[in-house]
Amino acid sequence: MKQRKKMTSTGFLLLITIVLFFVMYAAGMVIFADKGFAKPQMFLNLFVSNAGLLVISCGLTIVMITGGIDISVGSVTALVCMVMADLMENKGVSAYVAVLAALLIGLAFGIVQGFLVTYMGIQPFIVTLAGMFFGRGMTAIISTDMISIKNELFLKWANYRFYMPFGSTNKKGKFIPAYIPPTVVIAIVVVLIIAILLKYFKFGRKLYAIGGNRQSALMMGLDVKKTMFRAYVLDGFLAGLGGFLFCLNSCAGFVEQAKGLEMDAISSAVIGGTLLSGGVGTPIGSMFGVLIKGTISSLITAQGTLSSWWVRIVLSALLCFFIVIQSVLASAKKKKS
Amino acid sequence: MKKKMVTALLAVSMLAGLSAVNVMAADDDTITVGFSQVGAESDWRTANTESMKSTFSEENGYELIFDDAQQKQENQLTAIRNFIQQEVDYIVLAPVTETGWDTVLQEAKDAGIPVIIVDRMVDVSDDSLYTAWVGSNFKLEGQKAMAWLDAYLEAKGRGDEEINLVDIQGTIGASAQIGRTEGFDEAVEAHDNWTTLAQQSGEFTQAKGQEVMESILKQSGDDIDVVYCENDNEAFGAIDAIKAAGYEVGGEEGQILVMSFDTTNAGLTQTLSGEITCDTECNPLHGPRVEEIIQKLEAGEDVDKQAYVDEVAFAADDTVTKVTIDGTDYDITPITQEIIDGRAY
Repeated sequence: MKQRKKMTSTGFLLLITIVLFFVMYAAGMVIFADKGFAKPQMFLNLFVSNAGLLVISCGLTIVMITGGIDISVGSVTALVCMVMADLMENKGVSAYVAVLAALLIGLAFGIVQGFLVTYMGIQPFIVTLAGMFFGRGMTAIISTDMISIKNELFLKWANYRFYMPFGSTNKKGKFIPAYIPPTVVIAIVVVLIIAILLKYFKFGRKLYAIGGNRQSALMMGLDVKKTMFRAYVLDGFLAGLGGFLFCLNSCAGFVEQAKGLEMDAISSAVIGGTLLSGGVGTPIGSMFGVLIKGTISSLITAQGTLSSWWVRIVLSALLCFFIVIQSVLASAKKKKS
Repeated sequence: MKKKMVTALLAVSMLAGLSAVNVMAADDDTITVGFSQVGAESDWRTANTESMKSTFSEENGYELIFDDAQQKQENQLTAIRNFIQQEVDYIVLAPVTETGWDTVLQEAKDAGIPVIIVDRMVDVSDDSLYTAWVGSNFKLEGQKAMAWLDAYLEAKGRGDEEINLVDIQGTIGASAQIGRTEGFDEAVEAHDNWTTLAQQSGEFTQAKGQEVMESILKQSGDDIDVVYCENDNEAFGAIDAIKAAGYEVGGEEGQILVMSFDTTNAGLTQTLSGEITCDTECNPLHGPRVEEIIQKLEAGEDVDKQAYVDEVAFAADDTVTKVTIDGTDYDITPITQEIIDGRAY
């Protein structure tokens, strides 16, 4: 009974997010049709610009389902970009090795933070706060200069385009096919894999059980600590991978990069229907959370005269809206039980 | 029930969206310009934004789409991609960083949209990715300041004296620092009686400028004749440090002469009071110069890859009113309250 109840609240929050996204996008298409909103590429750009964030939000969704949090992901992204840039440009390492380094950095963060949170029982906020400072600090230690990535192979990846059979015609009547770079393909594949993992595999179900009620999960005989540890490791790995995708978009490493990205990821997950108290959330929802954030900023840019700080204000309003819905759901759940 | 209603709503909104595709706005001859700005971190930046907004106004036949990147490169990448989809006629970019622009500028080029870079330069593998760059000639600023110093000391009868200089540099690697330091170094090199006592970065901030000045004063306070600060904030810090150490600031012998750059309102006020003896402008009013380039492109003319904005210099008094660099004359204006009040920033 309990299990069914939880799935419905997950489904309900997810539905609201998806509907909200489509309504917002459709509104954009109506109001800003002449500003390119109706073009397929405008839609794909939501993915192009946010590929890294999509993957990182997926990782955050996993730890948030367990009732945890990870605020180190922005710094991990900056560190990954810097290490990759430094390895390729100053150490002459091949792009493949740099990617491997990126993933290993993510894994290392995941393992250390996961260990401290699960086996040492330290608050995830504090552990990942330390991770956040450490990541940003290490980035500055490697170099305070901006490093531009000029590695041929890496730029080839960054500039590669998969052209779509559809597109749009520009003002001069020339047909321009829509495209996506490899980052988008990777991001979507990751979202799908994590979605399947959480929904159909034992690991995923254990996560929801732990987040829903840790005590009863323990009493059911679930290996709570091991599962949570794995969640943090996976989250760390995804932060590393997301950092790599972020780097493919920016092609540079520098200290100030991805500042506040963790907050974007958390807000996307919350808007996507993830409960901060744990037990509820889906990667697909978080993906729509990211898309909503992208749509808001596109809408505000298209409007042209509004300050881009309005993106934050609209986001905060949305966050409030979703948190209220969540608390209503939570109190309804309490009444039932 | 709820689900059905939602589905219906969804269908209606999608339909509305699709029908809107056909209602394309009629195109007239307004020129659309997308401008991606760094942020609003300083008075200089705000003046820069205002200059763009007032130049590319509706009355002048433009539509300006302005995007504040809040100091984030990823926001600028997104904004430029949006501009491309909006099919703006021109993209103006004041980059947050110098690196990482290859991909998105290539996309703009593929879409046939000229990109004009303002302020900071971009570091790209292929120069054809942008059409033109508009900004300050930082080296010329440095040369002007040093030429003024030369003429000023000459006029005060100190032309043959031993002069000890201190250079409080900007953030190392910033184009403003590189150019202004070059101007400084070349002038010191050219004078046998000029010596650089210290050359250290104050990172363009008041706090760091003060800290650096304090440590230099401790080592060689009595010998310093001239302090060359690479922006106004550093100059404020340096002046505080000099006064605290018991020295006087000013242009006379026995005083420490402070030079500065940027000519912010506060900087010029200090110039008026004589604490900064010479302040060289870093002009944020890029709008008119960018418009000039756009008009040339509209007319099908070629444009210069690099365009500098006009910049002036202000001095506390009228000892020197003109300097000559490479055959060109530059005015040095004695500062007055009217000038400060009449400036846009």
